[in-house]
Amino acid sequence: MRDASLRAAQHELETTHWRGPVRRYDIVKEGVIAFAVVAVVVVGLSSFLGSPDEPALTFQGWATAMPNDFYDTTVSELAGTSESATYGPPYNDGGTGQTLGPINLQALAGIRIPVDPANDFVIQPLQTQQQPADVVAALDQWTGATAEQQSLWASTYETALGAADGDPTAVGDGDYGPVPVLASGLEQMAASGALDGVLAAPGSFYSTDNTKQILFMGDGGYLDAAASANELQGNQWGMMNETGAYPGQQWLAPFSFWYQLPIFNSEADSGFAANLTANADIVIMVIVVVFTLVVMLLPFIPGLRDLPRAIGLHRVIWRRYYAGAKERA
Amino acid sequence: MSAEQGALPAGRAGQDAVPAGDAEPPTSWIGRIRRRLEDDLPYEKLLPETQPAYVASWIYVFGVLTLAALGMIVVSGIVLAFEGPSWYHTSNVGHWFNSLHFWSVQLFFVFMLVHLVGKFSMAAWRGHRARTWITGMLAFLVSIVTGLTGYVLQTNFDSQWISFEAKDGLNAAGVGAWFNVANLGQVALVHVFLLPLIIGVIVAVHVVLVRLHGVVPPIDAAAVEQGRAAASVTAPATAEAAERGARHDQTASGGDVMPVHEHERTGGRHA
Repeated sequence: MRDASLRAAQHELETTHWRGPVRRYDIVKEGVIAFAVVAVVVVGLSSFLGSPDEPALTFQGWATAMPNDFYDTTVSELAGTSESATYGPPYNDGGTGQTLGPINLQALAGIRIPVDPANDFVIQPLQTQQQPADVVAALDQWTGATAEQQSLWASTYETALGAADGDPTAVGDGDYGPVPVLASGLEQMAASGALDGVLAAPGSFYSTDNTKQILFMGDGGYLDAAASANELQGNQWGMMNETGAYPGQQWLAPFSFWYQLPIFNSEADSGFAANLTANADIVIMVIVVVFTLVVMLLPFIPGLRDLPRAIGLHRVIWRRYYAGAKERA
Repeated sequence: MSAEQGALPAGRAGQDAVPAGDAEPPTSWIGRIRRRLEDDLPYEKLLPETQPAYVASWIYVFGVLTLAALGMIVVSGIVLAFEGPSWYHTSNVGHWFNSLHFWSVQLFFVFMLVHLVGKFSMAAWRGHRARTWITGMLAFLVSIVTGLTGYVLQTNFDSQWISFEAKDGLNAAGVGAWFNVANLGQVALVHVFLLPLIIGVIVAVHVVLVRLHGVVPPIDAAAVEQGRAAASVTAPATAEAAERGARHDQTASGGDVMPVHEHERTGGRHA
């Protein structure tokens, strides 16, 4: 009975204007002081520590530092086996994308940002520049061939390149069509620095979309190696790391946590773990969305909404109030 | 214009006539909004000079610190917006302003997380304050998206890697088809205009809700207040006792405690 009465009194206190003791509290003054303090701290941190700004990677840097990797990636774009070529929606139909059981959210929107890696990353850039005679001839041969023939040339050469450990100088003879010349031509173009500008704005003056550059660069090992060196990989808590010794997006810790679990980093080829790893992004996204909804709707979830009382941190926050009342009693 | 020229047609005069006095409820939309604001958010409640005595912990400072950091983000962001996203790669002044923006964001999230943990610990959603909690969470979520677009907008190596990685999660969720983090033009507009606008609106609603409902009373405050009432009956207050009680109500920032009912003029209708 007393509990019910206390509960009712508590509810009354929480929902009506407070009639207990009050104290003077100047919110505006507090706000001005807070802004001044924050400004001083931010100016101090900025002046003494600066901020991270590692220069962006370039295709020129890639072709110069890792020429074979660039060359092999170009061949995989022509063969249609690169990550971009097999990605699926929203870029192309080379794959199905990630699924959550029978649900494929990735495919719902269809191909809204069309990307054809062989043409967009290799053929078109080569066509926009004046090329040596052998590259011009190779372009003519490629564009004059059927899609089946193109695929046969590129996949045959990719297999041979794989057998030679990715070293183009060690590849044996074979019917590779124009593929080696095209790959070599693009590598030369990238090393000269011309590819960076051409990929950004092929045939146009303005460019605000870097999707193709990001995808192409991500297909090779250059971007990946730089990320590993800076501990930015997903399984290195990379989502919340930053280059150098600076703090990154620490607030993504609840997201990043899941990528550290072995079940989402499995080397297995088949089975439950392999499936989870292949669809890690959507599975983790769903987990985080559910967790977020639970926290957001905490006020309405019996049991969970009483957690603060059980944890007891409120006794520290309101210790003066409780202590004052205890002494008065 | 003469009084006759300004007179309403007979058929509409009754509908649009201004109510004779305050007792008569307004019929126009704007009048209803005004009446609602007058009832729920009088100036005394919107800009109060007092707070309940239990608002006496440093944890309460983190809400306003979050707003202060947001202010620094906006100020430094305006300078960066005028100079463009390449400025801070080539200019020391630009790099310094980028650093201001960077550290403001870091502090903003630290303050906001402490504020969030504090409000969770207080179960601050009690007493019809769920909307305040939800808008706070929404502000946190939109801030995360804004932070992501800001990191992508740095146009450096970090941006390349983050956009390459983030696209997979967004694509998997079916969002990437519209929200393309590799599209710098889209990211810039969303980061500089759309998301700050959304955050501004959510934060404004959040702050108004805080003022509307007041600061949540402590857990078990009813038991405490009943004990206080019982004590005052059994031991009539003396000047010394009142002073002793007041000392316990002193705040971290040294505010003075006022008699119990002096503040009642600040009252208003509570939701």
